[in-house]
Amino acid sequence: MNNDLNTYLNTYLNKGRPLVYCPGCTHENITKALDKTFAKLNFEADKTVIVTDIGCSGLFDTFFNVHALHGIHGRALTYASGLKLANPDLNVIVTMGDGGLGIGGAHVLASCRRNIDITLIVLNNFNFGMTGGQYSFTTPTDAVVGSEFLNRAEIPLDICAIAKSAGASYITRCSGLDKNLDEKMAKAIEHKGFSIVETLGMCTGRYTKRNKLTPKVIDQTIEKLEQYSGMIEENQRPEYGKLYRELAREKTSFPEPVTLEKQFDFKNYQRQEVVILGSAGMRIVTAGDIVCYAGMNAGMNVSIKNDYNITVLRGQSVSEILIDPQKIGYTGIESPTIVLALSDEGVQRRQYIFADLSQNTFVLKEKSVSIPETKAKVIEIDFKKLKIKKQDWALASLGVLAKNEKALNKDMLESAVKLRFNEKVSKIAMETINKIL
Amino acid sequence: MALSFMEGNEALARGAIAAGCNFFAGYPITPATTIFNNMLKMLPPKNGICIQGEDEIASMGYCIGASMAGKKALTATSGPGISLYSEQISFAIGSEIPLVIADVQRLGPSTGSATRGADSDIQFLRWGNTGGVPVIVLVPTNAMDCYVLAVHAFNYAEEFRCPVFIASNKEIGMNKESFDMDSITLPPIVDRTLYTGNSYLPFKAEDDKAPAFLPIGGKTLVRQTSSTHGPNGYITIDPDTIEKNQERLRDKIHKACNRITLFEEDIKENSDTLIISYGVTSRAVTDAVKILGNRGKSVSTLTLKTLWPVPEELLKQKAKTFKNIVVIEMNLGQYVNEIQRVLTDKKVKFYGQMNGTLISPAKIMEVIENE
Repeated sequence: MNNDLNTYLNTYLNKGRPLVYCPGCTHENITKALDKTFAKLNFEADKTVIVTDIGCSGLFDTFFNVHALHGIHGRALTYASGLKLANPDLNVIVTMGDGGLGIGGAHVLASCRRNIDITLIVLNNFNFGMTGGQYSFTTPTDAVVGSEFLNRAEIPLDICAIAKSAGASYITRCSGLDKNLDEKMAKAIEHKGFSIVETLGMCTGRYTKRNKLTPKVIDQTIEKLEQYSGMIEENQRPEYGKLYRELAREKTSFPEPVTLEKQFDFKNYQRQEVVILGSAGMRIVTAGDIVCYAGMNAGMNVSIKNDYNITVLRGQSVSEILIDPQKIGYTGIESPTIVLALSDEGVQRRQYIFADLSQNTFVLKEKSVSIPETKAKVIEIDFKKLKIKKQDWALASLGVLAKNEKALNKDMLESAVKLRFNEKVSKIAMETINKIL
Repeated sequence: MALSFMEGNEALARGAIAAGCNFFAGYPITPATTIFNNMLKMLPPKNGICIQGEDEIASMGYCIGASMAGKKALTATSGPGISLYSEQISFAIGSEIPLVIADVQRLGPSTGSATRGADSDIQFLRWGNTGGVPVIVLVPTNAMDCYVLAVHAFNYAEEFRCPVFIASNKEIGMNKESFDMDSITLPPIVDRTLYTGNSYLPFKAEDDKAPAFLPIGGKTLVRQTSSTHGPNGYITIDPDTIEKNQERLRDKIHKACNRITLFEEDIKENSDTLIISYGVTSRAVTDAVKILGNRGKSVSTLTLKTLWPVPEELLKQKAKTFKNIVVIEMNLGQYVNEIQRVLTDKKVKFYGQMNGTLISPAKIMEVIENE
């Protein structure tokens, strides 16, 4: 690679890498125009990157003495976006054919929507040149291409119209042979935001062999289509990177981990396996967290596994908690020491555990909940009668545990509640718990 | 002593931050989403960048672009996302782009079970690239490992200029647990070697090393390409150049195998059985072995934290004196094939389970007691 900046003061083209396009291919004109564009903009080579993907448009990066990234079909805009976000000073130019446009459609839409400061030069020559002239997203229905009859059953898309509806802030469509192409590309690149230049051109190796497509036909085609010559007024807005950095700058507080000091000595603490069986909306996960905090308050190791539906407002919510003076290995529940049965849905989810519960298991059951037969001693509580709302049953049941010194005591619970919630919420939570204590 | 309390995914994110990660791109997917959530909270205050891709392919593309601009990039997904990452993984492997990829595995195949764990992707991570070039795969057993291995993963990615996988599991990623962060000594941070000469060729390297790095956008022009390339970064069809490069891609990983082999062992002198396991399963193995020990049966364990490259020397050395080798995996038998391949003179017994639940210590004891 020739890195000597002085050797290409007038051209960014790499003298050691002559153009290799088929004779008459429009890509050649576009390559030369892009070189003039860079000169016109007085770009510094080391602040410029050409990003390409697969196909003849993917040859572009090899002809220039600028930074280059050549990647996978249709994905050029993804690399380009990563580069631009990582280094906002870079001039990022992407070349992509009509093939890349199709396979990478999601990335074109995302780039338009984001308005990231990248220029996409589309080299639309109406077919996949490199693989045999197959039809692409832009092949006319009546064209004769290398896909037998398939293109006759589909319609081509207008990338400029799509880009506009997707939020592109700058769109130009012109012939790849346009005598002002360098100027048009320069303006697009200068635009602060996502810009597209769709060039229409001839693939002489494939497409024009069987289709009448001349420079004049291209001009006529463009005239018949909606005109795009730059700024899209209704899509003007701040550039993505700039806006992103402004928004991110407001986020100054790094979230430190939850770290709890041992505060209490719970003499002869035995390993606890706690299962809370409830439903969505009953704050089961939060109650599980509080049990863990309480355990950590006593210097114990803890582990919690939650099981709830992806539709988070419906269905069961089950927490399985281990509290152990020893390091916790297996995180599953083997022999529960405590079961809080707070909803039928939750019980049904784990109904298989009840048959094997030992006599020593502490089962707390809300009056309205049905549980399968069990050897364990079952304590029933009527939270409704105590005027405790369903959403507080899990929290209140921790009060029952504290009262019975099961897994935690009053001090541990109160301390855990204070650590888990802010002052206001913990006061309300303690009011609920105190109805039990 | 103070204990920190977090799920494996948060621990992994914290490890990434400790390693100097300053770029994240991802796409939401259970059970990996909370890595993304955590990075989104942690990166902006550290002047890092965190974005959501329009899909998994794009997320990897953003990471590749950012890494080539000099960033330390992380992405996180689960099996279905790894499937979509595949083409970009191949790019990152073949074109030596440092990246860390967290795969919080779920039960597969396909969309499988979003909220059920399994070590589904162990062979997929190794072979899910075109070309068959070796990769590095680390496996945590718990949240603390997620924290520590994230630092190792970044270090390896930087040194070897390759994607490094952290094969986590829903049962670790979304399981919240306590551990003592203060007790951890993290490995020293490694950064990719920057080229300092004056005739940079982006892929020129010693036979078994990664090339020195320069960022796209720096003073020296850099070429990056997904195509088969020579040291200058241009396409080549020269068989010697191609072969040399292919061999280097293999050797840079394989020759460093022993150095990047991470493991834990509990070898007892009077035992004739060695259980080899990895990931969340190793925790149940530890419990099972403890109970068996109390009952008077002495069993040794080897917990692998580096699965790829296969730690062949370690396996041979540790297995040597044992009559019985048992491999336990949370799938129907993936890594056992590697262990059997290496331990040619041993008959390796296997137990695997793939039903969305953890393998219990009781099950493992049953397997061992039926020896």
